[in-house]
Amino acid sequence: MVLECKHVWEHISGYLDGNLDAAVLEEVQKHLEHCEICSAILDSTRNILILTADERVFELPLGFSERLHARLETEMRGFTYGPSGSEEGDT
Amino acid sequence: MNASVENRNEAQMIASILAGNTHEFHRLIQPYERSVYSMALSMLQNEADAEDAAQEAFLKAFRNLDKFRGEAKFSTWLISITLNEARSRLRHKKTAKTESLDELTEGGHVSPALLRDWREIPSEALERQEVRLLLQDAITDLPTIYREVFVLRDMEDLSVNQSAEALGITVAATKVRLHRARLMLQKRLAPELKRVMPKRRWFPWF
Ligand SMILES: [Zn+2]
Repeated sequence: MVLECKHVWEHISGYLDGNLDAAVLEEVQKHLEHCEICSAILDSTRNILILTADERVFELPLGFSERLHARLETEMRGFTYGPSGSEEGDT
Repeated sequence: MNASVENRNEAQMIASILAGNTHEFHRLIQPYERSVYSMALSMLQNEADAEDAAQEAFLKAFRNLDKFRGEAKFSTWLISITLNEARSRLRHKKTAKTESLDELTEGGHVSPALLRDWREIPSEALERQEVRLLLQDAITDLPTIYREVFVLRDMEDLSVNQSAEALGITVAATKVRLHRARLMLQKRLAPELKRVMPKRRWFPWF
């Protein structure tokens, strides 16, 4: 069976995540070897994922932790959990 | 998640908190502060909203810790709380700018943009800011069900299985949504990015 381009597109995401079945993967790879369009689509999709991963935040805003823990501190004052295990046993 | 996080005995910490040592909660959540904030920011695209949503998520996790059953990992549970927090904020914020991408999703198929020669990665600092804005806009315009799966998998780097667990949907449904999200972004961004960064260098994929 020879895959058409639009069928290959259905597998782009699975291909990038490496979770295609072996048989499908082989068909897709075979197609990609000779189809410029599909390999360009694959590459551009992959590049978008790389750019996106680069954009994720690695720094917290200044004072984030302090403000968070101060709010938690207020919440904790006088807080108690209900009798433990009260919901156990019925399911 | 690094090894030192995995090796902590979170079950023990949680039991201790529930037994009254509530202050241990500070230590319990410490490794997750950044990922919770980062996820909220990716969903909401606004620093003030993200910080508020992150704080609210941690407070809810604290108040409801006795409902955490330990079937999921604590981190996954925390992520689903954050997700819910972000979702409810998005619902309130929904403006007239409704799902411009909806038309793409009709019939369940998304066709990618057919560009033969956009493969390069931008390198110049000048381009970065524009690229960042294009990405942010495109992600913000994704309908929520696609945005959240994309954020979990492709921004927060959760596995497909972890994403499914955090979303409370099946792995199969997660894969379908993820696929559509990625193709929607490809379709929209490939032409825009090509304009911003005309061919610069080829990436050695093959
Ligand atoms: Zn093709």
